[in-house]
Amino acid sequence: MRLEEVIGPVMIGPSSSHTAGAARLGKLAALIWGRPVKDVTIFLRGSFAATWWGHGTDVAILAGLLGFSPDDPRIPNARKEAKRKGIQWSFREEHEDGAHPNSARFLFKNESTSMEMVGASVGGGAVKLMEIDGFRLELSGDLPALITFHKDTPGVVASITGVLASNGLNIATLTLHRQGRGKGAAMVVELDENPSKAIIDAISRCHAEILRVLPLKLGE
Amino acid sequence: MLSFEEILSIANTKNLSFPEAFLEKQSMDYGEEVSSIKKTMESRLMEMRHSVEEALCSKPSGKIVPNTAYKIGQYQEGNQPFSGKFIARACQIALAVATYNASMGRIVAAPTAGSCGILPGILFAAKEVFSFPQETILEGLITAGGIGAIIASRATLAGAEGGCQAECGAASAMASGALTYMRGASVEAVAHSAALVIKSILGLVCDPVAGLVEVPCIKRNGTLTSLAAICSDMASSGITSTIPPDEVVDAMYKVGRALPETLRETSLGGIAATPTALKITESLKAHTPDIK
Repeated sequence: MRLEEVIGPVMIGPSSSHTAGAARLGKLAALIWGRPVKDVTIFLRGSFAATWWGHGTDVAILAGLLGFSPDDPRIPNARKEAKRKGIQWSFREEHEDGAHPNSARFLFKNESTSMEMVGASVGGGAVKLMEIDGFRLELSGDLPALITFHKDTPGVVASITGVLASNGLNIATLTLHRQGRGKGAAMVVELDENPSKAIIDAISRCHAEILRVLPLKLGE
Repeated sequence: MLSFEEILSIANTKNLSFPEAFLEKQSMDYGEEVSSIKKTMESRLMEMRHSVEEALCSKPSGKIVPNTAYKIGQYQEGNQPFSGKFIARACQIALAVATYNASMGRIVAAPTAGSCGILPGILFAAKEVFSFPQETILEGLITAGGIGAIIASRATLAGAEGGCQAECGAASAMASGALTYMRGASVEAVAHSAALVIKSILGLVCDPVAGLVEVPCIKRNGTLTSLAAICSDMASSGITSTIPPDEVVDAMYKVGRALPETLRETSLGGIAATPTALKITESLKAHTPDIK
């Protein structure tokens, strides 16, 4: 383990999983949503639902949705901040069989579209996104990434990696998930640098069966 | 896998101190310059000092536990603490920082949020009472981090996996090694102080009331500063652990895995399952506001 992980992270207490991880999860979900957060419903599951009050899980998630990092001293006042920004939010508890013990479902909406995500806090402040619009996948948010949704057809992966290769982008990890043979599929490509808009556009157009491309850009 | 043996061998071959040897190992393992790792640790130490200052002056309280740190401060004004000036002060700082964490304060997890009081308690009380220079405190922090990294590598730093021995126990072992280094004892003594602590907390369960990082966590932060100090004194005097430090850490991991699930952060056993704890849990539930 790196020294900075042993002595660290610097975080708003009290819990690395229920507070710091919750903030990180909110931030990751908002980045994937990729638009200003206007209207969001958060469904707390498992131990998030049971102990949110004692750990400030609610304000931590809201803070993350506002773009705050887990060490941001404004976390305890996130409700006030969110109100000031005119965000409509609501929290619910949800009991889902087989759900990860520390997880939440996000439902984002604006005038024209909506997006649903499920993510979990997996310990030590780390998180993973596990579902986007019903597609199971896995994304840590540690690296920039592209998430593509397509039909399970030969050649899609080659087309996407071809665009990345011709643009000199290195792939850190690549995982493929499908709902069944010839059905919907999602691919998570983690990259060493943020993908540009031109690359995202090129990937959207590189194969006829690619339905949607979501970028995760970090540190912008 | 990291080991005390390897760090000690690097230190002895190249005539380096414990923190220097550990930094060299980290630098090799992660391809980062020693100076850059040190810089990050300087900033962590600054954050830690900031959390101590905030915790002592803002008198925070948790959802269950009120602020208690100031009491042991006041007690010292009229009494000579049996545990000595240094321990009493370290305990006061540890209680304050752990309570500050419970109140959503900004802390440095060292190694975890639930055990975040012990290391600042020991380091900053040592600075005040024994007037260690800033550089020595920083090297003490790196020593502590080295011990934590060895525990993380051979065992775990998560209460859910290894019980409280992995959190407050590990923090105390880390703090003990830091003191031993700061005193100027040998690299072997640094490793043995950590081993002596771990042998004393083996089997310590993780049993937080209502699942919150408050009872018994906050007070364990206070009490385990004293174990860090006495084990450092023992090791610095030349007393060694009969069982080598690496084997002690390995035993800690096995004990943690052998703990029943009820005693690993599930709040189903130990202090969390006492009648009063259950009453507190009920009352918290009743006071929990509507989630919306």
